[in-house]
Amino acid sequence: MAITPPSERIWWRQPIARIELIWIVVAFVWGLIMFSMMIYWHGAGEQNLSSEAYQIKAQRFAQYTQDMIDEYQVREENGFPVVHPPAGGDVYLIARLWQWWPILELEKDQSYRLHLSSMDWQHGFSLQPVNINVQVHPGYEMVITLRPDQAGEFGVVCNEFCGIGHHMMVGKIYVVE
Amino acid sequence: MTNLVDFRTCPTTGLGVDRAAERLIKANAVVAVVFLAIGGFFGLLVALTRWPGVHFLPADWFYLALTAHGLDVLLVWIIFFEMAILYFASAVLLNSRLAGPKWAWAGFGLMLAGALITNVAVLRGQSSVMFTSYVPMMAEPPFYLGIILFAVGALIGCFVFFGTLVIAKRDKTYAGSIPLVTFGALTAAIIAIFTIASGAIILIPTLFWSLGLISHIDPLVYKTIWWGMGHSSQQINVSAHVAVWYAIAAMVFGAKPLSEKVSRTAFLMYILFLQLASAHHMLVEPGFSSEWKIFNTSYAMYLAVLGSMVHGMTVPGSIEAAQRARGLTKGLFEWLRKAPWSNPAFAGMFMSLVFFGFIGGISGVVMGTEQINLIMHNTLYVPGHFHGTVVAGTTLAFMAITYLLVPLIFRRELMMKKLAMLQPYIFGIGVAGISVFMMGAGTLGVSRRHWDMTFADAQLPFDYPSAAFLMMGLNGIFAVLAALGGLMFIVIVVGSVFFGRRLGEDEKPAYPDVPPQAAAVSHYGSSETLRIPGTAFLVGIFFVAFVLYYFVNWKYLSEIWPLS
Repeated sequence: MAITPPSERIWWRQPIARIELIWIVVAFVWGLIMFSMMIYWHGAGEQNLSSEAYQIKAQRFAQYTQDMIDEYQVREENGFPVVHPPAGGDVYLIARLWQWWPILELEKDQSYRLHLSSMDWQHGFSLQPVNINVQVHPGYEMVITLRPDQAGEFGVVCNEFCGIGHHMMVGKIYVVE
Repeated sequence: MTNLVDFRTCPTTGLGVDRAAERLIKANAVVAVVFLAIGGFFGLLVALTRWPGVHFLPADWFYLALTAHGLDVLLVWIIFFEMAILYFASAVLLNSRLAGPKWAWAGFGLMLAGALITNVAVLRGQSSVMFTSYVPMMAEPPFYLGIILFAVGALIGCFVFFGTLVIAKRDKTYAGSIPLVTFGALTAAIIAIFTIASGAIILIPTLFWSLGLISHIDPLVYKTIWWGMGHSSQQINVSAHVAVWYAIAAMVFGAKPLSEKVSRTAFLMYILFLQLASAHHMLVEPGFSSEWKIFNTSYAMYLAVLGSMVHGMTVPGSIEAAQRARGLTKGLFEWLRKAPWSNPAFAGMFMSLVFFGFIGGISGVVMGTEQINLIMHNTLYVPGHFHGTVVAGTTLAFMAITYLLVPLIFRRELMMKKLAMLQPYIFGIGVAGISVFMMGAGTLGVSRRHWDMTFADAQLPFDYPSAAFLMMGLNGIFAVLAALGGLMFIVIVVGSVFFGRRLGEDEKPAYPDVPPQAAAVSHYGSSETLRIPGTAFLVGIFFVAFVLYYFVNWKYLSEIWPLS
């Protein structure tokens, strides 16, 4: 029994039943397949998270964002500037207590280099209803190349707990034709 | 020294039981259950708040309750119970005295003090930082101090366990190798050392930081090391509850492991590879290379998953072999149909096995896939997964073995037997519902740790799909069911321990009705006689479900915006 010492003293010499061996082999091979899938997707798949990141001071990131807003703001909405940066360019999104700043307007099927950083605590960039979720850290700038393939209005929810206003932290991204 | 130890003889097993070990097992188990009650109550408040139709607590209380819920059940309940298991698996199963009972009491005292300090800190309202306490969000110093004291206490408990193994071997209290269950507990204790070391490395500086003695803690470094504790501590649970599955299979059926070699190697896989799982929490963080993520998130090519998949066959397989040896050989499933489903120890254990595999296990592997994590990170899918592992898996298994420990260790007859018969089903189904519906809501994008899914107070509007609201309502209903099951457990256990009929010195407990260990079983186990077609069929179903669900999620991933 499992609660008593093994009845065969030399238990490591006991043969293994065939059914157990088969399952071990199947499970091991399945593990290799799952392992290979991640590598395969880097070549064949279109959804791979970039590892491009930099350490950055909050003020510096805020300055880059402000420069983008000054240059490309097209209108205002609920006190948020709406920015339409050129296709293929760099876009900045600030996470801070408790806002995603500014509102971005992107063009469908164009690639953008999206820079994300936090001014204070950790936040979670959760693009909905697409369901892309990325962690945003203070002191680090993450750069993701993103190509929106559907037009419409998208929400950016914060999905990392960031204090008492966490549930009010919603941003917006427009994708236009 | 040895002659000072006070032993009694267990009428069921004939083993000597060190009364000092027995008292420690009782104390740790009782405190564990008290914290299960407190943490479970906070959990109910959380679920009622996330039920959109009820939305019970205000925001500040919600975040407070969620912090307390995580700490009290994920940490305090489980580690206290694991201490009881360590002492049981060493002193009691090995027929030995416990090493340094005074040290064990010191560890117990530190754990209790730590748990109380952290709870008070959370209830004061200035430390609602969640269980994970990610920097730079800061809690009050006692929050960290309490966790550190708790961990030191647990560390002492692990060393008492190791010391007991040494004493038992030296005094030759058993013949041959340690039992498989003790081996599993040893696995858990070894992982606990790594876990506590990781916790100390990051939480001690964080305590100094909250005291103003250190100016900066890097959030990425914090998270990487913190999860060296946070995820590894869940691997302690896996090792411990798998050991509990084997123990219950042995105590209820007299089941013998199909192969000691295979089962022990599977435990060894946990020690070697489970620690890499810190990476599961770093898959969408800035700056980690894909090579690092792929190697670590897969536990080096899924070798720890392999360990769990092996246990997934060998545990039910050993039960099937024992049942067939007893003559229940008709068809594929007579052994399972005629299993003692009214024995809460068996019912709880078997549901724990099934739910841990199908709900917790599969979802964990899928979510831990480098790219698929993008569509799940920090959504409710995450708590959906770990309620499948830690609640439907670990907690249900611990509840199940408690039904055996009450008569064996507390020497009390179980009260309210009808209620006990129902309890694992009510709790198990409730928790399975919680897990599945949270995973459903997470697939629809709903954020975890979030007070208001309607975003009523936000500056910009956003609406989740209406199906997500339905999921959260169902989650609330099943949480009420699980809370009811939890309450039943606490009433039965506390009632029995304090008011149950005392068993006589030589009285064998009649309930839970453990069938006589069939003589045939002890000769079982050579590869020629082994036939477990029913288990093979069940494992086949599991495998097909795993493969389908895995690739369905790749399909979901391929539909989101291209990114690189």
